Amino acid sequence: METTQVKYDFEVIKWFSVMAVVYLVVGTLVGVFIASQLAWPVLNFDIAELTFGRLRPLHTNAVIFAFGGCTLMATAFYTVQRTGSTNLWSNKLAWMTFWGWNLIIVLAVITLPLGITQSKEYAELEWPIDILIAVVWLMFSFNFMMTVAKRKTSHIYVSNWFFMGMMVMITYLHVVNSLAIPVSFFKSYSVFSGVQDAMIQWWWGHNAVGFYLTAGFLGIMYYFVPKQVGRPVYSYRMSVLHFWTLMFGYVWLGAHHLQYTALPDWTGSLGAAVSIAMIIPSWGGAMNGMMTLSGSWDKLRTDYVLRFMVVSLAFYAMSTFEGPVMSVKTVNALSHYTDWTVGHVHSGALGWVAMVSAGALYHMIMKLWNTEMYSAKLVNLHFWMATVGTVIYITALWVSGIMQGLMWRDYDEFGTLTYTFAESVAAMHPYYVMRTVGGLIFFSGAAVMLYNVVMTIRNAKPVNN
Amino acid sequence: MADKIHSTKLQDSLERNTFGMLIMLMVLLSIAGLVEIVPLFYLKDTMEHNKHPEIMWQRKADMKMSDWKAGDGVRPYTALEQAGRDVYIREGCYLCHSQMIRPLRDEKERYGHYSLASESVYDHPFQWGSKRTGPDLARVGGKYSDDWHIRHLIAPRSLVPESVMPNYPWLQKNKIDGAQLAKNLRGLKAVGVAYTDADIAGAQAEVDGKTEMQGVVAYLQVLGTMVKFKDGVEYRE
Repeated sequence: METTQVKYDFEVIKWFSVMAVVYLVVGTLVGVFIASQLAWPVLNFDIAELTFGRLRPLHTNAVIFAFGGCTLMATAFYTVQRTGSTNLWSNKLAWMTFWGWNLIIVLAVITLPLGITQSKEYAELEWPIDILIAVVWLMFSFNFMMTVAKRKTSHIYVSNWFFMGMMVMITYLHVVNSLAIPVSFFKSYSVFSGVQDAMIQWWWGHNAVGFYLTAGFLGIMYYFVPKQVGRPVYSYRMSVLHFWTLMFGYVWLGAHHLQYTALPDWTGSLGAAVSIAMIIPSWGGAMNGMMTLSGSWDKLRTDYVLRFMVVSLAFYAMSTFEGPVMSVKTVNALSHYTDWTVGHVHSGALGWVAMVSAGALYHMIMKLWNTEMYSAKLVNLHFWMATVGTVIYITALWVSGIMQGLMWRDYDEFGTLTYTFAESVAAMHPYYVMRTVGGLIFFSGAAVMLYNVVMTIRNAKPVNN
Repeated sequence: MADKIHSTKLQDSLERNTFGMLIMLMVLLSIAGLVEIVPLFYLKDTMEHNKHPEIMWQRKADMKMSDWKAGDGVRPYTALEQAGRDVYIREGCYLCHSQMIRPLRDEKERYGHYSLASESVYDHPFQWGSKRTGPDLARVGGKYSDDWHIRHLIAPRSLVPESVMPNYPWLQKNKIDGAQLAKNLRGLKAVGVAYTDADIAGAQAEVDGKTEMQGVVAYLQVLGTMVKFKDGVEYRE
């Protein structure tokens, strides 16, 4: 291969990686707090900035954009250099991306608790921050693609296809969904209204999941799983097939969030039909990742980092089966508006996104600082806390969600509704407590990871490359 | 090795060409949005009022907002209601309350007639929500007294012991900023809400000295009351 050693730009990736772990801890902590508020509403403390309605967007933004974003930027910059045997097109631009992205996160932490919001889920930030996001996102994407273009290898590696798809789609979604007319520095109104606004919002909403949290993290999976196992990807053909079907298909799914609403029926049905078909590309990716381990399954006994990756693929396969099921109209009639949806999102977010990220981050941190983790035992502890926490969380919300749905539609022998809404709220209490416990365990695992990462870096010998 | 084609010629050329890959993705990723979203702007049967014009308030040139009566049809929110709606958005109410009743038997009995697309035609942004930690509010207007709403917003558990809603005592203290509100209405007019210049000119006076609580209650009380539904009419196919 290469005769001369490539001098990679790793410093910025180190910073992104550490910040990713920090934001995982912060984002899940806010999550545990707002979960507790649903169980014990007194925790709202009558302080506007601490109420559930203001902190929930902070939680989602922190985990998706702060934690997910830093993980994606770290891994994308790492993967594109390693797979192209080249350094970044512009190290300077990468640093600007780092500071810009973190500035956005700081602004989110300030504005969201103040109630400065556009009220579009996962796109709450107001227009000045939206413009900043667009600029930083394009800096990231441009730098990435120019690095792909200057690669030393003949072909673009599969991970980079996924990252590129994510970059294009997120640009589309962010720009269109955020179109608004400013009325002050802190307030704007969406240019769309009602049904069109709803469709555009969920086109964004589902594809923030589909491209940011799925395509991007599949890119991570395609580099870090084979690396950690030490074997090539199981099937190149499967990756081609599943890449293009996923790219084409995922974009259609948003409409399934609006089944039975005032959105025209054809749109929702179209969204649901494609949703069901998406089991194939989704499982294609999951299988391709899993089968990469064939012949090396014994490594799971000793390699704790690999455990994260394998379990993440299992959760990915499970939630990409659950999703299409929930998009079917008859199921959706029950599941929509309930905790089941929240549980589904968390089986994807905790089980898939956070787990595969943890695996990739552990792998990358060991490479970047050229050392082993400070404590392998703590990696294993984190793994079990993350797994157990996720399972408790999603089980609690399966039960509460289905129960809610059934209570709302239950009739007594006289043909009248059996339960008042308030009774269904009261019935949720034990499950809200259970979900808080699950979240707390997951959060504690993340804290263990942060400690382990900090100790690893402190103990690492300075590398001169 | 590098010259061997492992898939098809097209795939192979895309994998070698960054900008080819980029353009292919840009085209492919735009299709679904174009097919699912663009028609919603021009297909007539997306909006029920194209078939049932009485859904919308037929406002004559000399009519004031105060000439509207419940059931007259969908109209823009009054200045006070819009101020309340801004607070509703600020506090994140939509995270726990939907405003979209589905055409299912239990929802009809619990909340009322299913929601129409035309009913949210002036909703920038929409507030359909995605979660019911609390009940749907699409037709909450007129179901409770103003006094009930005020007491409930200040201390929900004093009226509904099972509730997990936060208390909102500060709504009583905060005054509405009338000057900013007039700017907000002008912004809404720019994106297509049918305000007259007189509506906007009168906005500041309308909310003068009023609290956010009064705004929120006015907003809640108008929700779902604009359209008078006729028995036996199917508004949606």
